[in-house]
Amino acid sequence: MKTTVVICAIAAALALQTTLARFAVGSQSMVDLVLVAVVYAALAFGPVVGLFAGTVGGLAQDALSAQIIGVGGLSKTLVGFVSGVVGTQFIVSGPIPRFVVFLGASFVHALCFRGIHAMLPVVAADSGLPAPRGAGLALGAVFWQALGNAAIGLLVFQAVEGLPGLLQRRRMRYRR
Amino acid sequence: MLDIRQRTGYLFLAVMVGHVILISAQVQTRGGARVLESVTFSLFAGVQRGTSALVDGWQGFWSGYVALRGLHAENEALKQRVSELEVRVQQERAVAQRSQKLQQLLDLKSQTTLPTLAADVIAGDATPGIPSVWIDKGDREGVRPDMAVIAPAGIIGRVLGPLAPHAARVQLIIGQNAGAGAMIERSRAGGVVIGTAGDPPLLMEYVSNLSDVQIGDVVVTAGNDGIYPKGFPIGRVESAEKGAGLYKTIKVRPVVDFSNVEEVLVVLSPPPELPSPTAGNRRR
Repeated sequence: MKTTVVICAIAAALALQTTLARFAVGSQSMVDLVLVAVVYAALAFGPVVGLFAGTVGGLAQDALSAQIIGVGGLSKTLVGFVSGVVGTQFIVSGPIPRFVVFLGASFVHALCFRGIHAMLPVVAADSGLPAPRGAGLALGAVFWQALGNAAIGLLVFQAVEGLPGLLQRRRMRYRR
Repeated sequence: MLDIRQRTGYLFLAVMVGHVILISAQVQTRGGARVLESVTFSLFAGVQRGTSALVDGWQGFWSGYVALRGLHAENEALKQRVSELEVRVQQERAVAQRSQKLQQLLDLKSQTTLPTLAADVIAGDATPGIPSVWIDKGDREGVRPDMAVIAPAGIIGRVLGPLAPHAARVQLIIGQNAGAGAMIERSRAGGVVIGTAGDPPLLMEYVSNLSDVQIGDVVVTAGNDGIYPKGFPIGRVESAEKGAGLYKTIKVRPVVDFSNVEEVLVVLSPPPELPSPTAGNRRR
């Protein structure tokens, strides 16, 4: 059941991400919905599910993206697992702790993702091909992306947790 | 019981009235109307005014207060109708704009002798910050890796492999690992345009400090990179400064608005074989 939920969430996030990306081509501050799905899965189901979600989501994202496959997979696997561990070690059931986790996860992901990219010219130089330019760590863009990710993650949590209660209250009101 | 004198008086009165009526039925007034009609109208006019005022008052009361419910429903229906018409206007406008863009594409297609294939942009890149898009034509339609992708305004990028049967990924020229052989259209000074993460997103490199480059100059493809056909616009020079070494530092603003690319043309002629993959766009 968990696996199905996670895969569906990642597929939905990917579909939405590619659709929205059409209107913000190349924008580095655009929200990463797959990362949001991975961190959500990690906080909701624990580190193992977070790891699984990070691997699947990252690899799928890499496969659909014009970049080396594995960079996003690695970054998201790390973030998914660490977020899951944080979720089990600390109480992160409130909105503020969750916001902080999403924010931190986004920063760690950006650091990891861009760090790996920065190391890629060394690999490329061995192959004899011209070295690609490593993606610089544009802090402003990373900050806005992290803020967007955290806000959306929080909204997703509120929606998933609040919706059943809301429906139940409405049903009760109709019964009266 | 009435007295006979009284009865006669009433009878007299009745006969007199009968006569007057009879006479008046035959006599016309100065205005042409018969006296009987005139008197009758005059008499009834007052009654009619009264009844009319009553009916009007009731009607006003009905339409102004009682019938407000119907009016409200009618208002809602009209609002809905207005909304529908607004949506239709928007749709018509979108169709008109799309037709205009397609017309531009057709114009471009007729201008160029290259074999091309029109494609729609269907998605962006899955990873934020990576400038690439998906188009709805792929392997089955004859699209191959490294084919150039152009738009009416200028070049878009090149096709990346692997391809799907009916979809392909396009690396945009503004991507950090993208590039193209280029030259200044006015002075024919050659160089290489590469994508950057900055603003503007293009840099022109390897242009000699001695070359004539001015702000506003159009940068076009040189056709020597094995991917892009010669002479297609890339952008305009935004700044050109003398570099510390042999080459100028030239920033180029692309002519294509990459946030609004909907339809593109894939140049179907395969890129010529080059001896070594050192051209600008083989950087990845």
